[in-house]
Amino acid sequence: MPANQAKDSLLELALSHGLSRQEYRQIQPLLKREPNQVEVGIFSAMWSEHCSYKSSRLHLKKLPSRGERVIYGPGENAGVVAIDDNLALAFKMESHNHPSSIEPFQGAATGVGGIIRDIFTMGARPIALLNSLCFGPLEEARNRYLLSQVVAGIAWYGNCMGIPTVGGETRFAQCYRDNCLVNVFCLGLVEQGKIFTARAGGVDNPVIYVGSATGRDGIHGATMASQEFDEGADQLRPTVQVGDPFTEKLLLEACLEAMGTGCLVGIQDMGAAGLTCSSVEMADRGGMGIELDLSRVPVRERGMDPYELMLSESQERMLLVARQGSEEEIKKVFEKWGLPAVVVGKVTPDGNLRVMKGDQELASIPTPLLTSQAPVYDRSAKAPAYLDEVRCLDLDCLAEPKDYSQCLLSLLASPAIASKGWIFRQYDHMVGLNTVIRPGADAALLRVKGTAKGIALTVDGNGRFCYLDPRTGSGLTVCEAARNLACVGARPLALTDCLNFGNPEKPEVMWQFSQAIEGMRAACQALGVPVVSGNVSFYNETSGQGIYPTPTVAMVGLMQERSRYLTCWFKNEGDVIVLLGTTGLDIGGSEYLNIIHGRVQGTPPPLDLGLETGVILTCLEAVEQGLINSAHDCSDGGLAVALAECCLGPDGQRYGAKIALAEEMRLDGLLFGESSARIVVSLEGENLSPLQSIAKTHKVPVKVIGEVTGNRLRLGRWIDLRVEEMEQVYTQSLEARLATEKGERGR
Amino acid sequence: MSSSKHKPSLKFGVMLFPGSNCDYDCHYAVREVLGEEAEFIWHADGSPLRYDCIILPGGFSYGDYLRPGAIGKFAPAMERLREYAAGGGLVLGICNGFQILLEAGLLPGAILRNQGLKFICQDVYLRVEKSDSPFTSLFRPGQIVRIPINHYEGNYLADEETLNKVTSKGQIIFRYCDSQGRVSEEANPNGSLANIAGLTNEQGNILGMMPHPERCCEKELGGEDGLLVFRSITNSLKGGREAVAG
Repeated sequence: MPANQAKDSLLELALSHGLSRQEYRQIQPLLKREPNQVEVGIFSAMWSEHCSYKSSRLHLKKLPSRGERVIYGPGENAGVVAIDDNLALAFKMESHNHPSSIEPFQGAATGVGGIIRDIFTMGARPIALLNSLCFGPLEEARNRYLLSQVVAGIAWYGNCMGIPTVGGETRFAQCYRDNCLVNVFCLGLVEQGKIFTARAGGVDNPVIYVGSATGRDGIHGATMASQEFDEGADQLRPTVQVGDPFTEKLLLEACLEAMGTGCLVGIQDMGAAGLTCSSVEMADRGGMGIELDLSRVPVRERGMDPYELMLSESQERMLLVARQGSEEEIKKVFEKWGLPAVVVGKVTPDGNLRVMKGDQELASIPTPLLTSQAPVYDRSAKAPAYLDEVRCLDLDCLAEPKDYSQCLLSLLASPAIASKGWIFRQYDHMVGLNTVIRPGADAALLRVKGTAKGIALTVDGNGRFCYLDPRTGSGLTVCEAARNLACVGARPLALTDCLNFGNPEKPEVMWQFSQAIEGMRAACQALGVPVVSGNVSFYNETSGQGIYPTPTVAMVGLMQERSRYLTCWFKNEGDVIVLLGTTGLDIGGSEYLNIIHGRVQGTPPPLDLGLETGVILTCLEAVEQGLINSAHDCSDGGLAVALAECCLGPDGQRYGAKIALAEEMRLDGLLFGESSARIVVSLEGENLSPLQSIAKTHKVPVKVIGEVTGNRLRLGRWIDLRVEEMEQVYTQSLEARLATEKGERGR
Repeated sequence: MSSSKHKPSLKFGVMLFPGSNCDYDCHYAVREVLGEEAEFIWHADGSPLRYDCIILPGGFSYGDYLRPGAIGKFAPAMERLREYAAGGGLVLGICNGFQILLEAGLLPGAILRNQGLKFICQDVYLRVEKSDSPFTSLFRPGQIVRIPINHYEGNYLADEETLNKVTSKGQIIFRYCDSQGRVSEEANPNGSLANIAGLTNEQGNILGMMPHPERCCEKELGGEDGLLVFRSITNSLKGGREAVAG
């Protein structure tokens, strides 16, 4: 082939993998020669948005990531935070949106597999999973299919691994119809002296490939996740990987056992961009080079070329760097678990990724060109035009409901609010014998065996608020997560996030992103919660239509004395019900406005970080002093829904309540408005005055609003419902919606 | 964390297949809660089994891609288990352990997918149908207990002859029921024949059950009914000196 033609075909290859013309032209001067086909593949994968964070990197730096307990922040496979002098938690959240939109079962399953590997790569034994899911409305058959299959995929993988899925959230809006969101979180427990990092070290140390053999599945997965979809997205199905949780379970046990031998120097999982990304990142972090011999890579398909071997995203594979001479010992551990362990290369001093096939050199690239010297963009940002239109909400044109009891039932039946029992029942949420608070509460609580400590976990997102005001919305998301932890009695330790957005090349999307980062930064700083890991998912768009900007936050909290934990349910007849915080006229962006009036309008409730901090501290101190019997955060559906949920305790422990509220504003605002920084607590009357003293020190308004009594929820003269009736609506709605049809494939 | 103060006198074996995932939980329940000794038995180990009781834990042995327990029954350690059981040794198969015992023919019947074709993880109520077995000696006859299930395939099936036999010989140990003890279709979570949740072999020394007693041995985790299964075992092994729970 003539030189020019060859060059053109390389350019085409680069373009087809998502590199821009300009990016392609940067390769030659950096490399000081023309790249070959394998090298173009490596550059395009490493420079993809998914691997390089080129559009987000400048913004992510603004998030606070340090704290006294933080052992590892962003940049490792997972963040690591100490809970005492000996133990630490490793955790991270990742998105698997694009694969799940195309092939929901495998897409979601391999998302779980990937995040689990990130955790045990750090030397931690995974002990909990969470997930945050967003879909289009369930009226449409395809959305029901997506939800059912995503849940089944998560269950299949997580259950087989024996890692409990202890919580999560599920939200619905039209904008997620063609781009569903699947964000999965994993947390592991590790002794601080046994933490591993993904660093190559020691010249001539062997690089060992372990786990499944490499096939052609998932080639270009990283590229696919860095592009918008169009109508033909279904044809991308072959780029979705296929999971094998059994092999991953073996890999988990074998890796933890191998780590115990003292032979390992570093370990990295093969996720996006497979062998390429894992070897480059390991070499780069250790300031070393890696030489790979592709003829030694275990394969499960014939005739795979070097390009395919380097970019395959076959699942359940790891790359290890071990001490020279320990090869046999490592092999023995993996053999016991029935897994291959093959030396595929060695650590070199030159800082290059050198790919060989026997004696033939196929690629040689200085790793910094693929990492620190990858393109970074300060993309232009501009406030979207839609904001002016959606933000004006004329309350005078909004009719107040005639029947507030009915209105409350409609909200309890809304899939965003209704019980997610149908989902949680499909997840093993008990394996490991640590689950103290099961899914469905404000936060899950795990025990730490051998200690009095508890770990609380929550995941929260609110795309609607962020659509109306990304800065306030993302700040509110962080605060809601912290409030959820406070409601069980746990102090926030740190958070991880998934930042789900549209196409960052659009200034409007970039504006949403930078605003969301700003809101998150402010809230994290005010609450003293560092961001220790996370992931960005751009290009959640199909045919030009993007999702709501949806930053999802998973926050981890610590309880020193877990025996003091609280749940949200009322506990005793006669307890006083108290509202911490203040109620404003905050109908904008509410679930009430969405469900009852079919509008996504207005502005989200104001973010008052001082009050948020005060309410959280008041609740925590009240729990720690044993003053209160229940605590529940007011969020979707406002005060009325929060009170209803407090009545819906476990079978045989349900109580009603009688509530009196001053009619100081529009009733729909009073009952269903979503003013932030509010927690409903119940307590014995004698504890009221100590609670008031605590609240006073934090400048938090306290209002006695009623008492726990009977088996009805009576809210002023506006709502009067039997607890049993609310319970039926709340627990059966989601299942009823999904049962309307079997989740067949539509489109 | 150990709640028991006495010196361990019994030794439990917990069989470990690749893909088992309740192995550590069973080990923990025996050692830390019950206060007896526990050891893992590696699936590939063919040495004779010398234990007071052997537990086959839950999980997905060999991935269970073919059929739950279908590969597990071929493990070298399973050959030894046969010998051990033939000699009267106590065997408790929980969930996947139950499925393996069925596949191995050590218990009668088979398991199908749940009726609703969904994985189910939740607490269920069980009625104790036989309280003079080595696994239930501390339960009251007809006692209603709450123990979680966690499976995709827990729908027990047997032909009529087998059902008649296990019924008449008193091999049915637990049935799914509601909180009032009613054994009804509504209280059947997975479609199991005759609401069967656990049964023994004819000799009564092998119990297979879908519910997970190891998951509810401590108040903190939501209940202690499961502990009674383990305590019944030690009680029987020690000659039944402990009093039946009130």
